[in-house]
This record gives sequence, structure tokens and C-alpha cells, in this order.
Amino acid sequence: MGRVSIKNVSRIFSKKEDGTGTEALRNISFDVEDGEFVCLLGPSGCGKTTLLRIIAGLETLTSGEITLNGAPITGPDPKRGMVFQQYSLFPWRTVIDNITFGLEMQGMKKAEARKQVEKYIELVGLEQFKNSYPYELSGGMQQRAAIARALANEPEVLLMDEPFGALDAQTRNILQDELLKIWEQKHVTFIFVTHSVDEAVFLSDRVVVMTSRPGRIKEIVNIDLPRPRCRTGPEANRLRDYVLKLLEEERFKR
Amino acid sequence: MKMSFIKTIEEKGIEALSLIAAITIWQIVADRVVHNKFLLPSFYDVIASFFIVVKSGLIFEDTLTSLLHFSIGIAAAFIIGIPLGIAMGWFKKANRAIDPIIEILRPIPPLAWIPFAIVWFGLTHQAAGFVVFVGMIFPIVINTYSGFKNVPKVYVEAAKALGCTRNIDLIRFIAIPSATPSIAAGIRIAMGVGWMCLVAAEMFGVSDRGLGYQIWHNYYLHRMDFVLVYMLLLGFLGLFIDRFFRNYVDAKLLRWTAGTVV
Repeated sequence: MGRVSIKNVSRIFSKKEDGTGTEALRNISFDVEDGEFVCLLGPSGCGKTTLLRIIAGLETLTSGEITLNGAPITGPDPKRGMVFQQYSLFPWRTVIDNITFGLEMQGMKKAEARKQVEKYIELVGLEQFKNSYPYELSGGMQQRAAIARALANEPEVLLMDEPFGALDAQTRNILQDELLKIWEQKHVTFIFVTHSVDEAVFLSDRVVVMTSRPGRIKEIVNIDLPRPRCRTGPEANRLRDYVLKLLEEERFKR
Repeated sequence: MKMSFIKTIEEKGIEALSLIAAITIWQIVADRVVHNKFLLPSFYDVIASFFIVVKSGLIFEDTLTSLLHFSIGIAAAFIIGIPLGIAMGWFKKANRAIDPIIEILRPIPPLAWIPFAIVWFGLTHQAAGFVVFVGMIFPIVINTYSGFKNVPKVYVEAAKALGCTRNIDLIRFIAIPSATPSIAAGIRIAMGVGWMCLVAAEMFGVSDRGLGYQIWHNYYLHRMDFVLVYMLLLGFLGLFIDRFFRNYVDAKLLRWTAGTVV
């Protein structure tokens, strides 16, 4: 079960020196259903990453409330996995030891944890590289391992902060396909931050389009395309066009 | 066996020739030009003296004594320096409390502590070890501190999101491994400083044994060939310790940094 409810969330970053603040998020409310794939999309600086980090418990909110299955979020928790845009694998651990990290933190013995994560290594196709160090891996493989590491904790929600942002276009497409396969196999709610309209339309059930700063919800767009989806089908193009226009309005407002 | 010998010559030919040339020039200058064993003992004199101290067994005792002084210093610097650096790097308040003291003590040259070393510890191994410790502690503290300060935020956040939230776990599983290259670099710098302090401490009478002591002792006796024997021995030992440490650390602790420049 992974139902996320966001109620009237605002976040103001205050500067200590002069008491002024930057309003990053204003009065955001929406619900994410269990097992849903939702993308947060918006112009850069709109606070979409901040919102994701608040859901992860890595950032605090100024007012409002976020709950997971009814329980308020107060800090980081293995129930909410996170994949970062930067490469975040621990470079001093091999791929498999990165993936076992969460289980080890829960007190599982290393040998036992290694057995348990075998299926996640297979899921992301890194069997050959499980004993490699992160520096030996390409960017795409590192993000695959990071996804496996987050999944190994069996989270209810997987939070992804532009995880494919630093990858080249082909690798990006491949990983998007793989991610959807994982989403179909595992019963996990996905909240995915991106600045790419194509990515949002291809991946998600709903796209939450945000305004420029201070970030508010501009519109929530339903992507009611059948899966598996065609990236360039006429329906996808129509939706892409629609979302792009929403974003363009924001650009001129600045 | 023979093949590998030839291969070694081929690979290290220039290095070996350079060394042989330097020794030959030294021998010729000392033996034919300077012609004064006090001003410049020849290579041959030094080798002969080396065998004398080996035969008498003195060299082993002095080497072991110096290594003991060094070990006392390095152990103390480890036990105190690394936790101090960790506390300063991880907790802001600890840094604010400790930093002013360190900044005031640090510029004092370690050798200025020799009188107090003698007063506090007498002419003991601990006194020499204390001077080595003073030389080693600051590079270790500062590099541990900066290694901890520079732990990438994304590793800490990734660890938190994976369920590693207590300070003690974050330090143990994230900060220490992440800071290891910096700590290792600090230890290497510290060992260089400590080695210098060791010789000076033994020279200035903190000990009546050890390689540094022997340099000074033989100088009084005007046996400059023996002085050179101990000088070279100190150099080789220092080189050996550094190489050993580096190879050990690279192979055991820093395998994951292969491919990156440290």
C-alpha cells in the first residue's frame, strides 16, 4: 500500500541574515493513489524537487501536511525509496553491497542480504557487474543499480528525482522502458520528477504540471493512453503538445 | 629466472644506471678530489662502516628503538587525532570548541616541545614518542576533519533514505569510508613530519638510543662515515615505511578509488 496525500503544502526558504524568504511552494494539494505513476513537471526552479524531497523526509515543510497511508511524514524512512539525479551509489561499496545496504541497516546479516537482493540485480540486468565498483560502471548502469538499491528495501513509494537527467537520449529511452516493466512487476507507487515532457507523457498515469516560482499546481493532466505506449503516436503527440503549451504559458509569465 | 632478470634490467635500466653513476661520482670525488674522510666519506667508507655496525649488532638495537619511538607517536596520534577530527568534521559545535585550541597549538614547531617532553616523561621512550606525536597529530586531525567536512551530501541523503539515520551509523557506514582517502593522505603527511621529529628528538637528548641519537653521537666522535650510515638508513627506512603504508592502503582500503586521481 502506498497512498500519498499532499495537503496545502507550502515551503518558504528563509535567509537568516535579513529575515527575507524565498517562497518555493505555495498551497500544493493532490493525492497519489496506491500503485499510481505520477510525474511532477514544471519549469526549472519551480520547486518540484523540493516537493519530492519533502515527501522523502529529507526536507521540512513550512505549513501543510503530507501523509503516507494516513500517517504523517516526519523524516526519511525505508518505506519511501529515493533515486537521485546525481550518481549516489556509495563508491566504496561494490554494486551488490550497495544494494544490500538498506537490508543491512535493518539488521540483516550480509550473507543473507546478498541472497535476498539477487532478484533485484536480475531485475535491473546487472548480474555481470554485481561485484564491480561504481567507477567501473557507465552512467546508465549506475542508475540501474541505484533503482535496485531503492527497491531492495521493498518500499511502498519510490521517489525519483530526474534519475535519467544526466543520461544520453538512447540510454534514457531504454531505462524508461525498463522502469515501466519494473513498475508493472512490483506493486509500488511512483512519484517521478522530470523536466522532460516526453518522459512525463511516456511514463505516467497523471502529470502534475507546476507553475514557475512560487510553485503551485497549474493543472493535473490525465494521460489515459493504453500501455505499452508508443512514443510518437498521434494521441501521445496531442498530449505532449497540450502539456508543452501549459509550460510555455509559464515561460511568458516570468 | 634469468629471463625475468634481463627483463628487470631492460625495464629499470635508466634508473639503475643513474644510481650507479651517482655512486661512482661520489666515490671518485670523495676518494680523489676531497681526500678527507671527515669532510666527505667515500661510498666505500660508508659500506665498510655499515658492516661494522651490523657486526656489532648496534644497528638493530638502534633501529628497533627508533621504530619504537615512532610507533608510540603514531599510535597516540591515531587514538587522539582521528576521533578529534571526526568530532570536528561531523558536529559543528565540536569544531567551534576545538578549532581555536588547535589553531593556537598548531603553529608551535613540534621540536619546541622537547624541553617539556623531557620534563614530563624523563629520558624515556615515551618522551621521544611524545615529540613524534606532536608532529603527527595536526596533519591527522586536519585531514580527518576535511575528509569528514567534504562527505558528499548525496551519500548522506541516500543513506538516510535507505534507513541509515543515526549519527553513529552515518559516521560508521558513510563518513568514514568516504573520508578514508583524505585520512590516509593525512597519515602519510604525518608520517613524514613524525620521522623528522623522531630524529630531532633523539638528537636533542630525549633518548640515549636510536638512529637520530647515533648521528649526533658519531658526529661528536668525528666519525662522519658512521653519521652517513645512519643518515642513509633513516632515509631508506622512511622510504620503506611510506611505500609499505601506501601499498597496503591502496590494496586494502582504497581499491574503490582506482581510476580516480587521489
